Amino acid sequence: MIKVEKLTKRYGSVTAVDEINFEVGKGEVVGFLGPNGAGKTTTMRMLACYLPPTSGRAEVAGCDVFKESLRAREHIGYMPEHVPLPQDMRVHEYLSFRAALKGVPGRRIKERLSDVCDLCGLAEVERRMISALSKGFRQRVGLADAMIHEPELLILDEPTIGLDPNQIRQMRELIKNLRRHHTILLSTHILPEVEMTCSRVIIINKGRLEALDTPENLRERLSSEGEVFLEAKTEDPRALAKLRSVRGVKDVVQKKIGEWTRFILHVESDPRESLHALAVKEGWPVRELTRHSATLEQVFAEVTQPEER
Amino acid sequence: MKRFLTLVLREVRHYFHQPLAYVVLFFFLLLTAANFHAGLIALNRQPSQISVLEAFFNTVLFWFPFVLIFPLLTMRLFSEEYKLGTIETLMTAPVRDGQVVLAKFLGSFVFYVVLWTPSLLYFVIFRWLTGQSAADSFGSYIGAYTMLLLVGMFYLSIGCLSSALTKNQIIAAIIAFALISLMFFLSLLSFFFLKASSALREFTYYFSTIEHMGEFSRGLFDTRPVVFYLSMTLFTLFLTFHVFQYRRWKN
Repeated sequence: MIKVEKLTKRYGSVTAVDEINFEVGKGEVVGFLGPNGAGKTTTMRMLACYLPPTSGRAEVAGCDVFKESLRAREHIGYMPEHVPLPQDMRVHEYLSFRAALKGVPGRRIKERLSDVCDLCGLAEVERRMISALSKGFRQRVGLADAMIHEPELLILDEPTIGLDPNQIRQMRELIKNLRRHHTILLSTHILPEVEMTCSRVIIINKGRLEALDTPENLRERLSSEGEVFLEAKTEDPRALAKLRSVRGVKDVVQKKIGEWTRFILHVESDPRESLHALAVKEGWPVRELTRHSATLEQVFAEVTQPEER
Repeated sequence: MKRFLTLVLREVRHYFHQPLAYVVLFFFLLLTAANFHAGLIALNRQPSQISVLEAFFNTVLFWFPFVLIFPLLTMRLFSEEYKLGTIETLMTAPVRDGQVVLAKFLGSFVFYVVLWTPSLLYFVIFRWLTGQSAADSFGSYIGAYTMLLLVGMFYLSIGCLSSALTKNQIIAAIIAFALISLMFFLSLLSFFFLKASSALREFTYYFSTIEHMGEFSRGLFDTRPVVFYLSMTLFTLFLTFHVFQYRRWKN
């Protein structure tokens, strides 16, 4: 669906996007992550045919975004960051205008309008002025606009920014439902959202592609290193040394909680089985043995700011 | 073509969705009516060579609001879209840059025509009340209104260009006003050179809007001004197209 080859964008001497390559297949939901100013919006704008690339190429549904821009645009539904909307129109007027502009045949506009309004929960505000809408509704109008011409690809630039937690949940549900009919590329700061909705994640930083994988694999990458918590009842003064000698354990800290002791182990691999065996051998009653697996948040932090670790 | 019409319609509607349109319409009507009234009073005072129509189209009271109107009509066209960011949604829809520029120009032109339509009523009412024609011949009407549309096209295109340059509507209006005033005051040159050599006078005639209007409202049809305004309009729209494209691509 999307094919990006050595895509580069420079603004004067600043390189916003630096030779990134990736592909997105049909029906995928891909999350686009990166700190502010990493080049997410610039990349999305190039894919949406709004900005021409400085070099490299990008294809959407087989059309080059620069050379066959008009044809490519027909396959794309784009929702820009902050959802710019005209202030002088009513919701249904705006959506009909956009539908006509995007080439939806006149007789189908009404049908499409009611479809997207139902899907995005806009039915109650259909006749309201856009200038009087709340942030959440504006966001939904933007999404309705993006999909009114039934594009194969939806490019959503921070669809949940500025929404309250309930609205974020609704937006997420909405995106989940869209999966069935569209390929989706969305950028966001909210990492749990990516874990819940996306089949693959692209992480970019300072214009460079840092990681491209499924959320599970990305987490896996980090989880070989991590923490294991062990809570046991022991008075053994050599407990720390014994734990340290287990293979895969790098360091141990302990903390007394009443008659229990909580050991926090920094590990390289997963030594839980050996830890269990040790506890059984020593006869320590155990009430907790867990591994704290990395979240996407940690992956994100590691990939985008390696120097701070 | 259908998309283009959708765009034009959107532009025309945009005018009527905003209070500015009605304020402009109201005060413009008031000023042109005052101008018509002043013309009649002046003609009543003493015998005169000129017709009511000529008196209407060739006074300071006509030119003053005329020049002021264009920045007001056009300052919004591109600037507002830049400012709101709607240019991004507009240009990611399958429309060409040229279509957008032309649609904005045509939209403002339609509003301009609407602005002038009530002025026809003055002459109808004059005829109905006095039983006399306001002009010597029907050609004078055609000439005056043709010139009105031609000059209007040119000045509107200057307004489009100014608006495409900036996202600040006030700055767009000031640029448009400066350029239009410049073009307009150039037309005074030909009066300055009244006694100069015929070649110089001939040259200044080419861009003397005041003289063009004078001739056309007498019913004299000259192709030179027609070509001048049409080609200048096309050239300015061409510049607008490039400025628009450049602005979009550089950021």
